[in-house]
Amino acid sequence: MSANKILMTGNEAIGEAAIRAGVDAYFGYPITPQNELTAYMSHRMLEEGRVFIQSESELAAINMVLGAAVSGKRAMTSSSSPGISLKQEGISYLAAMELPAVIANIVRGGPGLGNIAPAQSDYWQGTRGGGHGDYRTICLGPSTVQECVDLVYLAFDLSDKYRTPAVILADGRLGQMMEPVTFDHLGPPSPPEKPWALTGAKGREQQSIKSLFLDPDVLEELNLRLARTYEKIEQNEVRWDTLQMDDAEVCIVAYGTSARVSKEAMRRARDEGIKVGLIRPISLWPYPYEPIRQAAEKVQFFLVPEMSMGQMIEDVRLAVEGKRPVYHTGRVGGNVSNPKEILDAIRDCCEKV
Amino acid sequence: MPSETAAKKSDKQRGYRRPHALTDAVTHYCPGCGHGIIHRLLAEAMDELGIREKTIAVAPVGCAVLGYDYWRIDVSEAPHGRTPAVATGIKRVQPDKIVFSYQGDGDLAAIGTAEIVHAANRGENICVFFVNNTVYGMTGGQMAPTTLLAQQTQTTPGGRDQVVHGNPIRVCELLENLDGSTYLERVTVSSPANVRKAKRAALKAFRTQMDGKGFSLVEFLSPCPTYWRMSAQKSIKHIDEVLVKVFPPGVIKDQTGQE
Repeated sequence: MSANKILMTGNEAIGEAAIRAGVDAYFGYPITPQNELTAYMSHRMLEEGRVFIQSESELAAINMVLGAAVSGKRAMTSSSSPGISLKQEGISYLAAMELPAVIANIVRGGPGLGNIAPAQSDYWQGTRGGGHGDYRTICLGPSTVQECVDLVYLAFDLSDKYRTPAVILADGRLGQMMEPVTFDHLGPPSPPEKPWALTGAKGREQQSIKSLFLDPDVLEELNLRLARTYEKIEQNEVRWDTLQMDDAEVCIVAYGTSARVSKEAMRRARDEGIKVGLIRPISLWPYPYEPIRQAAEKVQFFLVPEMSMGQMIEDVRLAVEGKRPVYHTGRVGGNVSNPKEILDAIRDCCEKV
Repeated sequence: MPSETAAKKSDKQRGYRRPHALTDAVTHYCPGCGHGIIHRLLAEAMDELGIREKTIAVAPVGCAVLGYDYWRIDVSEAPHGRTPAVATGIKRVQPDKIVFSYQGDGDLAAIGTAEIVHAANRGENICVFFVNNTVYGMTGGQMAPTTLLAQQTQTTPGGRDQVVHGNPIRVCELLENLDGSTYLERVTVSSPANVRKAKRAALKAFRTQMDGKGFSLVEFLSPCPTYWRMSAQKSIKHIDEVLVKVFPPGVIKDQTGQE
């Protein structure tokens, strides 16, 4: 049975996936390269009779998300790098208040205003919580437009299940590119009951949702509870893909657009007789340390192509624990490596080892 | 606790009835603070309108952050100043509920200026209860956007100087010109008569929302004896004699069509 396919940009596909996942409210603010997403939601949400607001700022958008989330509704916002920095305030509060929400970051070049070209330089921000305090966010990194769809749908479920915000980390190229996608396989949304939601104290005691705990022992309890949640997420929600790792002597670890380019470099390297395999993290947090750890037992070295000066490479090194060399390659400033540049890096590293 | 029961009994004998929308908790506010009065009259208003069970409040960052301990209603916290944005999110997904934000002058008129202006400008169907005591209380008495010229605070030790620190902001007048605002009134809690007037304003704000008429804000001029460095009695006089000259009480805007 052939699936019903539509040609869409990543940004629009993320929006439609959120609608299929039953998002009740979307709040956004213009920033390139994610504008197609806000524009898409501006009409689709109203068609569906749901809530759309173009807010006055990123701060307002994430806090409107917080308001919808305390109400027990599925809520979402999206932005690109500088806008995500502003949202970090609200993301820290969402984490502390144990509220589900989905935040899409269509990453652009930075730091500062940077530019509007694709980058992967927000990896640390996306995978380390990004804001103040002791917290993590689920962070998913799609590498195709179809995967944007699937991971957004998944993000709503995971976020609800663990009561913690989930971040979609896609670079600007994924947001802008068009690919055929299908939504046919997505079932109807099934958000869990949310008895903790603030819906008015009718027939029950009053409830509050907060993050202020002046007593250190009480705040410590929250910190420990969050840590237990994160441990469960690490146990259950690690996702990755591998390609030709069976006979690999060289392991590339790459996500998102870098993984796509790496696949072509890999093919060319194999034509030259260099046995290259790929591990592609899909969940960036929780991170797939284990398959990388296992690969460290057999490959000669790791190469980590990133559209940053090397952020995810730190996670690869954590997994490898010094057993094998781990090299970085990549372009920055909004540039994307081409397959030849990665192939050259593979060759260079082969000589070093 | 037996002592509490005894206190309640004697309250009863004096004809005092605690509003149902107020919990039994003893507030943490300083002696002479206006928050307790304002909490109570909002609770009375919710009881009288029968909306307690469908009201959701958003507490600010500031002295009133513990509002959830005092009102017997659902309450969410919000990051500092984002209170109207959180209230917007709640109201838009639960339009059948009554939603109010309760904010101090730092929360509303400094760090949250963008949020309050745009919530008003969108005509969000929410109530905002704005407590203006011209000073940051929770953090120890720093200059607020509403601090009077020449007023001494921790960060204006020589008094607020227009050239260095700018001028006190009149929030109601600022929001008056926005087409989205429906009802704006400034009241004081400086006398029993004024407290009754303040309660009427709170009732009207709630009714405005219940009628779906849009954004309302009631500004309460409220005493802060601790950081005004005055006795409670003198603080009340200070409202009537000094504050009202900069922040004149009255209806600033009324497009409700109510009396």
